[in-house]
Amino acid sequence: MADPMRIRAQAAGDKASVRVLMAHEMETGQRKDAAGKTVPAWYIQEVTAQLNGKAVLTAQWGPSVAKNPFLQFNVKGAKAGDKISVTWVDNKGDKRTDEATVS
Amino acid sequence: MRSTRTALSASYLLAACAATAPAMAQQKSAADGIAEYRAMLADGNPAELFEAKGEDLWKTKRGPKNASLERCDLGKGPGVVKGAFVELPRYFGDTGRVQDLESRLLTCMERLQGFDPLSIAKTPFGQGEQLTMEGLTAWISAESRGLKFNLPQAHADERKTYELGKRAFFYRGGPYDFSCASCHGQPDKRIRLQDLPELTKNPGNGIGFAAWPAYRVSSGEMWSMQRRLNDCFRQQRFPYPGYASDVTIALGVYMGVNAKDAESVAPALKR
Amino acid sequence: MTRKKTLFLAAAATSAALLAGCAALESKPDYDALVTQMMTGSFRDEGIAKVDRLQQDASNAACSKAQGDSPPEDVVDAIQQAALKSVRMPSDGKFIGDWREGEKLAQNGRGMTWTDKSAAPAANGGNCYNCHQITKAEISYGTIGPSLYQYGKNRGVTDAESPAAKPIIEYTWTKMWNAKAYNACSGMPRFGHAGLLDEKQLKDLMALILDPKSPVNQ
Repeated sequence: MADPMRIRAQAAGDKASVRVLMAHEMETGQRKDAAGKTVPAWYIQEVTAQLNGKAVLTAQWGPSVAKNPFLQFNVKGAKAGDKISVTWVDNKGDKRTDEATVS
Repeated sequence: MRSTRTALSASYLLAACAATAPAMAQQKSAADGIAEYRAMLADGNPAELFEAKGEDLWKTKRGPKNASLERCDLGKGPGVVKGAFVELPRYFGDTGRVQDLESRLLTCMERLQGFDPLSIAKTPFGQGEQLTMEGLTAWISAESRGLKFNLPQAHADERKTYELGKRAFFYRGGPYDFSCASCHGQPDKRIRLQDLPELTKNPGNGIGFAAWPAYRVSSGEMWSMQRRLNDCFRQQRFPYPGYASDVTIALGVYMGVNAKDAESVAPALKR
Repeated sequence: MTRKKTLFLAAAATSAALLAGCAALESKPDYDALVTQMMTGSFRDEGIAKVDRLQQDASNAACSKAQGDSPPEDVVDAIQQAALKSVRMPSDGKFIGDWREGEKLAQNGRGMTWTDKSAAPAANGGNCYNCHQITKAEISYGTIGPSLYQYGKNRGVTDAESPAAKPIIEYTWTKMWNAKAYNACSGMPRFGHAGLLDEKQLKDLMALILDPKSPVNQ
């Protein structure tokens, strides 16, 4: 299973600022290795975020997103104690979900 | 909705433009532009992923002896990690030598876990147990984040190693006649657009010795000080420095003592 | 029983030296010997970068010892005279090549590292922009060396082939061939003397900064 994401969610007023660091190689499929062989494409295609089980964000990503991607977004109506969960799915079908509590 | 690093950067840039509208009338210098780009990158340092891995590796039973590193002495007593990074390299009585962080980790991985330090030293960066070193150095340095460098010089060997490091720093050789000092021996210089810290004195908080280990965005790699020194020597057109070899430790003492009272920002973020 | 595994020879050698130091009770360490031990023990060959690169000639040894200051005057004179003598003027007496090729070469920072496959001049760049400003258009320039923008213009070179320009032409060639001829501890690599660049490459670099038609002199 892939390495865990780092999620920090902080409440500020009527919304929460959520920062996510994802561990992923994000191979474009354009690079060649030292032997000249193309390194196969391997990147996150979909990211979803939920607040207390309800979807608040969906994103479609492609190979232009950098390795170990960083995502930041604000969620209206989130307060301390709420649960934020983030899920990614990559082009190989691997997925990973991690959770954090809004502080 | 697409949320990528580039889209976020664009929104930050717009915010920055709005805030400094009058100043934007003047053309921005290349150096200013790069500083702005670096500020944008500052949040969300992927080094945190390596810190998490490193903490895990410290606490996990591994190696032929199936033991964790929790009894490893990094200079402040067995298992004491907080504050250890900013006092390295230093003298260790149990090995009778001055050691930097990576050298000391090799000692602990050998004695506590049964790993072979020579084979780890020979492993190329980015592979095998060198990945373990990436995680450990990231986490251990993070445990000293914000603390000031304060390398001990009480032991005669620590002072001697400082002197050796100084001589290594000024050692000119190779086909380009470069020494460390060629690039890092004077203030306010740069190679192309890369500012060069002056390492014969304290270059400031979070600069030079105080900025490594660091995650390099351009290559997506976590670089420890050993790796940074390795690539320095490569660019100097020197032969290959051994991993955790005496010259690397001596340079660490020289730079670290010179950086006394500089705040560590490791693990940092670099271009 | 503790397993003794030393990473490199110097570790054991340095420990022995340290013990010897202790026995002599605070006698000043022989740093020259210790440095030699440390350097030879800490490095290995890799690709084209061999440990013999650590051998220092008279100028590198003297400038290293000076640690950023100037060596004694007589040493400086000896270094500069030897460097001047080492310079080989172009075999055909022509100094100015193609500034367009010179600009490409100046932009190229490759060569002579252990990841470079060949040490031949053809594989090497001039590395010039790493340290110098050269054309106005290139903003990505270093500041380790002085700006070379308008180098020829500032020295009144209107015709690089004329006898009037000869002194500056020869000075510049000498500087590129062996910078230590004019500055014993110069930070500039000795491009001709060390075999880093060949005659044609140096002529192209000469053209870049001395040809009145070069963008450098507009």
